[in-house]
Amino acid sequence: MSELASVDWSRAQFALTAIYHFLFVPLTLGLSFIIAIMESIYVKTGNEQWKHITKFWLKLFAINFAIGVATGIIMEFEFGTNWANYSWFVGDIFGAPLAIEGLLAFFLESTFFAVMFFGWDKVSKKFHLISTWLVAIGSNLSALWILIANGWMQYPIGMKFNPDTARMEMQNFFEVALSPVGIIKFLHTVTSGYVISALFVIGISAWFILKGRHIIMAKKSMIVAASFGLVTSLFLLFSGDESGFQVTRTQPMKLAAMEGLYEGDSRQGLVMFGVLKPDKKHGDGQGSFMFDIEIPYLLSLIGKRDINAFIPGIDDLVFGNEKRNIESVSSKMAKGKIAVDALRTYQEAKKTGDKEAMAKAQNLLETNMNFLGYGYLEKPTDAVPPVALTFYSFRIMVMLGTYFIALFFVVMYLCMANNIESFKKLLWICVWTIPLGYIAAEAGWIVAEVGRQPWAIQDLMTVGVGATNLGSVNVKISFTLFAILFTALLIAEIKIMLKQIKIGFESHA
Amino acid sequence: MIKKYLKNISELYIEGFRNMRLGKSLWLLIAIKLVIMFGILKVFIFDENLNTKFNTNEEKADFVILNLTKE
Repeated sequence: MSELASVDWSRAQFALTAIYHFLFVPLTLGLSFIIAIMESIYVKTGNEQWKHITKFWLKLFAINFAIGVATGIIMEFEFGTNWANYSWFVGDIFGAPLAIEGLLAFFLESTFFAVMFFGWDKVSKKFHLISTWLVAIGSNLSALWILIANGWMQYPIGMKFNPDTARMEMQNFFEVALSPVGIIKFLHTVTSGYVISALFVIGISAWFILKGRHIIMAKKSMIVAASFGLVTSLFLLFSGDESGFQVTRTQPMKLAAMEGLYEGDSRQGLVMFGVLKPDKKHGDGQGSFMFDIEIPYLLSLIGKRDINAFIPGIDDLVFGNEKRNIESVSSKMAKGKIAVDALRTYQEAKKTGDKEAMAKAQNLLETNMNFLGYGYLEKPTDAVPPVALTFYSFRIMVMLGTYFIALFFVVMYLCMANNIESFKKLLWICVWTIPLGYIAAEAGWIVAEVGRQPWAIQDLMTVGVGATNLGSVNVKISFTLFAILFTALLIAEIKIMLKQIKIGFESHA
Repeated sequence: MIKKYLKNISELYIEGFRNMRLGKSLWLLIAIKLVIMFGILKVFIFDENLNTKFNTNEEKADFVILNLTKE
């Protein structure tokens, strides 16, 4: 019991760290590009106003960067302590991408950040501009390697398990680096950061217009952010569609949970909105929803690129569906247990030096390796993620994403018509939309991470096995400390940022 | 040439840090955070991991395999 509590506390602690970390990162990813675009306009036009605009947003970028810069380090500590089995198991795969990320971040950021902040009037305009673009590209490339590592956890490929070292060893770097799941995860995640940044710039600019301050500079900022936001939010829609296709292929259980779909069907519609029945049981043959609004055929189209295609539901995946050639979780559990037993037998044979038994066990392990994680499940329904949390988070993300596209379009249109200041209510909506960008991104993170439970590594390792056997008191203390520390830092950031926003554009000249 | 180049780079950093206003409070915040992380959390909370518990890779592998194969 206490062991389970420890795992849950470790989970909560990691979720807390990741959620706080992801409050800072997305703004860094997108704001760096918005600043680079603004500075490019300054260099192209020579208009000093654009320099003031660039410097203002650069300061807000710096504050956000300074607060967010070290939260990621805590996650590394947690990998080592709370998730020792997991981090050892994946060490060889994660080593290369994370080392590249570290080197890129170190060299690009330490060199060109300095030029970007200190280099005004010290280096040529063009060199400064190149530095700003390199910082933007560098921060995004850092995210690439992190998300490739995360993509591998969702869809492990390009590796082989070594039973002597208990490590996944990389067989093909390019297969890992160019994994379609990793690439689309990167594109979707960074684009969500761009949208957050565009909403941030639009919201603050709207506030200036409402207060009657720096109206021209605020409108200029707004038009850059709205254009950037519109383009990137449309791309977000495209990458979301591709994510849906990849999830159907690689994590069908996650897709079924996202849709609250228990019994699969051909020509499956996508639930636009619905309320799940709280007392729904596996295999009870009852519908999943108290009520729902569905777009016909859309889930089949997104998931399989075919409106007639069959999309499996949770019960199809748990109990199997012979007609559709879907293997049950029980069958996978049996193969998983063979893999775990084979690993145990291999170790015992190794101790006695029985090479024949070792070879036999290794062969058995390799044959059933793809099901290793199922060997740790206690019952078939353990393979089902929390459905309600995944379902509602997905809807929050999609509904907000659609709203953002509409908002960017309206704001851009009114900025171009040069009368946005007449629409006070819209300006207040822009201000209050800033937190919604973060809510959408966090909801997306919940879909991606909660939706793949119970897996730490899809099909290969459950979260329970990945965790270290720590005392729950230890994890509870660190969880509480983190909650206090991160909240204090967040308050500090918001305070410093609000102070700089109140100062306005002119003082940054 | 190289000497002049290096001098320019060092001046960029020195003058940049000297003239910072907002940056000073940001650096202070980063310093506090690093002290908390490496001086407190690392020492007292994250004081034990595979590297501190075991000396060799074999020992670490054995520990993980034990966890992977326990009933």
